[in-house]
Amino acid sequence: MSDPVSGAVTAPVDGKAWVKSDRQRERERLRRRRDLRSSSIATASTIVFFVLVVWLFTASPGWPRVKETFFDLGQFAGAFPDVLRGFLLNIKIFLIAEPLILVVGLLVALVRNLHAPVFFPLRSLAVLYTDIFRGVPTILVIYLVGFGLPALQLQGMPSDFATLGIIALTLSYGGYVAEVFRSGIDSVHPSQRAAARSLGLTHGQSMRFVVLPQAVRRVVPPLLNDFVSLQKDTALVATIGPLEALRQAQIHAADTFNYTPYLAAALLFILLTIPMARFTDYLAARSQRRRGM
Amino acid sequence: MSERVAVLEIEGVWKHYHRQNVLRGIDLSVDSHEVVCLIGASGSGKSTLLRCVNLLETIDDGAIHLDGTEITDVRANPDDVRKRIGMVFQAYNLFPYMTVLENITLAPRKAHGVARARAEEEARDLLARFGLADKATAYPDRLSGGQQQRVAIIRALATRPRLLLLDEVTSALDPALVAEVLEIIRELKESGMTMVLATHEMGLARDIADKVCFLDGGVLLEQGTAEQIFTDPREPRTREFLQRVLDARRI
Ligand SMILES: Nc1ncnc2c1ncn2[C@@H]1O[C@H](COP(=O)(O)OP(=O)(O)O)[C@@H](O)[C@H]1O
Ligand SMILES: [Mg+2]
Repeated sequence: MSDPVSGAVTAPVDGKAWVKSDRQRERERLRRRRDLRSSSIATASTIVFFVLVVWLFTASPGWPRVKETFFDLGQFAGAFPDVLRGFLLNIKIFLIAEPLILVVGLLVALVRNLHAPVFFPLRSLAVLYTDIFRGVPTILVIYLVGFGLPALQLQGMPSDFATLGIIALTLSYGGYVAEVFRSGIDSVHPSQRAAARSLGLTHGQSMRFVVLPQAVRRVVPPLLNDFVSLQKDTALVATIGPLEALRQAQIHAADTFNYTPYLAAALLFILLTIPMARFTDYLAARSQRRRGM
Repeated sequence: MSERVAVLEIEGVWKHYHRQNVLRGIDLSVDSHEVVCLIGASGSGKSTLLRCVNLLETIDDGAIHLDGTEITDVRANPDDVRKRIGMVFQAYNLFPYMTVLENITLAPRKAHGVARARAEEEARDLLARFGLADKATAYPDRLSGGQQQRVAIIRALATRPRLLLLDEVTSALDPALVAEVLEIIRELKESGMTMVLATHEMGLARDIADKVCFLDGGVLLEQGTAEQIFTDPREPRTREFLQRVLDARRI
């Protein structure tokens, strides 16, 4: 059996073979020509657009000065190793905070979905938590946790600023992610829950085996979006001191009055978020395909 | 008898999914005011054929003509083609966040540029004609399955299509509700609507079909008048299929 798309003949199941007709050949030729035309138009318009943008920038009166302070190759090479070393700390913060946030978010969402009266205190606590931590700016949470927690002088309280930063980010993002999970859970049609309960599954079992699998699939794209945002916000931890990418760039910039190190840090953040963004696109496209679009 | 005019002409249509041939060289012609019923086992390609006609699927070979122009032409605009064809699905596919009236007037207003007042007036006329006058402002989930499917048919009719495609429109309904939908289809036949319908209702096919087509594994194995197919099928496979349907009915 040859390939139905490129080959001319497919072996029949019983008797009738497909021989690609001249009409189909002509149709495919036209289709290819049309695709070629639209991709050439796309390429041309992209090039024109970028040439215009570059021209607009380089023709501006302040460009020579900007070029000197932001695009200095020597400065870039000098600062890059330190900024990269700092950036590894950003990645570490991100990698530890991310699973913690997922756990906190999911737990809070599940608690908010407990409807029995006994759980009222827990449920109100969960509501209070999301209200507070989604309301307070992340940078403020980082300050409060970074300087407030150690001041309590509790036994076993971490004093290392990176750890405190992770705690602050987890608290702040946990609130967002809890709401994402909750909207996912609410979006599963009530008939699914009814079907599960009618089979004799408990509330917890229906959640675990029927509702959550559907809810989680649905919220993966918005979750990934939150994580792209988290990757960037690891830089906010710089405000309480640990030597991550932004802090390293600040130090270099302060030494030389040249801002190129910031550009190096920005570049690293972009390099990290782009794969995540493409992965989100891929997942979205896959779920579209699965639903037969 | 007026002159025969082919509304739909399907010529050697092939469709593959992955490595499976789902349609294998289908030839079929539908004249103006003609009602064609597609029968055949589940998976024989009835839905796929209807979806190809509505350009929801691209065919892999052959051609489909509507009123003499080729709609499978690469340069044809699918939106323009679909404006001339109405389609009703097995699962109704009504828009749940719109009232019945909004569901029906959406396409006339947005795709055909009919003024709101006129679109609503026509929609109300259609609803009255099919006994749903009091449901205009209801939301779909407040209607029974039979009512939802009747609304779906009205929605497809509201754009005055040249051709109506119906894909097992009664399969999701319980028998008590099937009758009300069948009645609409009969009335459409009376009014001269050109229709192609995939159906498991052999009674309906026998009643209203000018032509019955039996699909088997993606091949249009046999076509003829309802009389001929149901009383004197030529192909053994057709006979076998009808026998199976009959046995199922008896149980
Ligand atoms: N989107 C799809 N992808 C792959 N195979 C499909 C798809 N849609 C239909 N098929 C296959 O095509 C065949 C015909 O399906 P269908 O046209 O729905 O049959 P019918 O409507 O007669 O029951 C079936 O074997 C089905 O599995
Ligand atoms: Mg079908």
